[in-house]
Amino acid sequence: MDFQLTEDQQALQSGVRSFCDGRIPVEQLPEIVEQGGFDRDLWREVAEMGVFALRVPEDDGGVGLGAADAVLVFAELGRRLVPGPTIWTHLAAGRIEGADTGDVVVGGLDLIGEQRDVILVEYLDSLDTLMVLREDGVYQIDPRTLKAEPVAVPLDPLTPLHHVAELPLGDRIGDAADATRIWFDGGAIAAAQLLGIAESTLELATQYALTREQFGRIIGGFQAVKHILADMFVRQEVARAAVYAAGATIDDPVVGDVARAVSSAKLVAGDAAMKNSRACIQVHGGMGYTWEVPAHYFLKRTWVLESVFGTGEEHEMRIADLVSVGR
Amino acid sequence: MDLRYSEQDEIFRAELGAWLDEAVPAHGKPPSKADWPARRAYDTGWQRKLFDAGYAGINWPKEFGGRDASLTEQLVYYEEIARAGAPYIGVNFVGMLHGGPTLIAEGTPEQKANHVPFILRGEQVWCQGFSEPGAGSDLAALSTRAVRDGDDYVVNGHKIWCSFAQAADYGELLVRTNPDEKHAGISWLILPMDAPGLDIRPLPTLVGEGEFSEVFLEDVRVPVANRVGEENDGWRVTNVTLRFERGTAFASEMYQLREFLAELVGVAKRVTRHDATAWDDAALRREVGHISAELDALWAMVKLSVCQSTQTGVPGLGGSAIKLFYSELYQRISELAVRVLGRAGLSREDVAGLPSEHFLARAMQSLSLSIAAGTSQIQRNIVSERILGMPKEKR
Repeated sequence: MDFQLTEDQQALQSGVRSFCDGRIPVEQLPEIVEQGGFDRDLWREVAEMGVFALRVPEDDGGVGLGAADAVLVFAELGRRLVPGPTIWTHLAAGRIEGADTGDVVVGGLDLIGEQRDVILVEYLDSLDTLMVLREDGVYQIDPRTLKAEPVAVPLDPLTPLHHVAELPLGDRIGDAADATRIWFDGGAIAAAQLLGIAESTLELATQYALTREQFGRIIGGFQAVKHILADMFVRQEVARAAVYAAGATIDDPVVGDVARAVSSAKLVAGDAAMKNSRACIQVHGGMGYTWEVPAHYFLKRTWVLESVFGTGEEHEMRIADLVSVGR
Repeated sequence: MDLRYSEQDEIFRAELGAWLDEAVPAHGKPPSKADWPARRAYDTGWQRKLFDAGYAGINWPKEFGGRDASLTEQLVYYEEIARAGAPYIGVNFVGMLHGGPTLIAEGTPEQKANHVPFILRGEQVWCQGFSEPGAGSDLAALSTRAVRDGDDYVVNGHKIWCSFAQAADYGELLVRTNPDEKHAGISWLILPMDAPGLDIRPLPTLVGEGEFSEVFLEDVRVPVANRVGEENDGWRVTNVTLRFERGTAFASEMYQLREFLAELVGVAKRVTRHDATAWDDAALRREVGHISAELDALWAMVKLSVCQSTQTGVPGLGGSAIKLFYSELYQRISELAVRVLGRAGLSREDVAGLPSEHFLARAMQSLSLSIAAGTSQIQRNIVSERILGMPKEKR
């Protein structure tokens, strides 16, 4: 056992990080919002980094890496709120042709999670195809056939939405076991993005606390602020351990229970992202409440990610069921 | 990012597990907490059994009789100790986790020879004399004075929160040897607990009994040869110890919390609420699910931290984050356990077949976790200053 990142993993992580820092600085987020939340050039560059083909075997033209590597990559994308259906296209790679290269933009719908009465599709205008997870299997739908109404003001300005009143069944492309496997993979990847949000909100809050002055001193010198930041750090590290463990468990199920590891990661990382996003706004004071300061984007993306691949409440119940039978 | 134990680790687990499955039941139930001679005999007896079986000092160097196990074998050790419900380290805590490691790192050859092997075999019990009524979180403000007189120091002062002092042979004693300096005026002494001029008074905790004492020192003579490290270098020597305390000292207890949660679930399935059991309450199940996720995350955090410390050799600053999370998580679990007991939790004796005292004792003891070994507030200062770079508090 060596739970630390390997040298290759460190290189992968820092490569994606430096791309994101250079290409999508936080200040640029409002620009992406103006473009409708999707930037095709950025999408192509993300694809060229191998984000979508990451777990496709090398023999099939992919990068041939595992879930542990994927969570590292997606934590970095989450850190910078990289827009687009990155999770779904990554999950579809190897199942839907063209997804691995990013040429086919795959969106998705999780109908395994608890809420099925409201169908909101993300990034519909940019999608080439739609992958739907149901309890009994995986389905593919042509998004152009959908009768969909754009949501005028979506909660997350970086996640455009369409409301779909009636969803056709679509073509079945996988069985129930496939759907479950994709759902758990998606849970781990969404958890990784939530970890990234827990990290970046701590970074933003830390930078602000070190520069903002009141009462003649920087506010980071007040214990009331320092302790908020310390709690944010603890939540970030708890989420990191859980997310890495989920990735490692998917790759090598001998070391644990995939269902339990993914539920724990999604729950704990969702908690960390939610609480850290709120704390980030709080540390920014009045400015944190404005549209101009980007703190709110992180909270809003957290709400989006919280709603897919099982909410916190759903994972609490799932884990309780596992604990109840001693798993 | 590999979580799989090696074949060698699993062989070690099987051997240790088989030994524990026989040795733990054979050692019997722990004696009454008020009976110090019996507690000492029980705890040191267990330490001796660990030693004879080759499991004492799992992380101690071979040179000093330890097993010098790999870090992953140490993780296996903590997991197996917790799984088997092995006796708590008890009166051996200070010697095995503080005194011994400090002497190994900083002691003279003679100090090592006189203490280290005896601690390991359960033949020497140590206690801690660090805190004082006026020096808690601000430990370096301690005022117990040691004045040199020939080959001795003459010590006068008042120590508090001395764990296991009632049962101890030696104490780790921090004294002020230079009153004009703060951190740079402290020395670390080995205190024989039978020295004339020592007065040990038990200090009951809110649990109702306890391991703490106050120790009053009046003209106590401690040989200069008992000083560990240089005169006035005791603060550095102390920090070697504290780092161990914030590292893996509580690893078994952390893993053991899973067993506690399982017991809680077992009780929740038995106790009734209206026409159903407590377990039928979705709110309770969700809380259990949440805590279970956090326990898994905690153990993953310990694994990550242990693997990282292979590079540095000592537990890192991340230990503060682990301690913060663990303390508060433990308190939440035990609070939930008391809620599950309902009115049975008003009794310190087991009523209606429910493990009241077991749950209550843990609930009350857990209150000390966010205070001892650096309060949660001090840990937050450490995290925000040393990791996040915020301005330092006045020291």
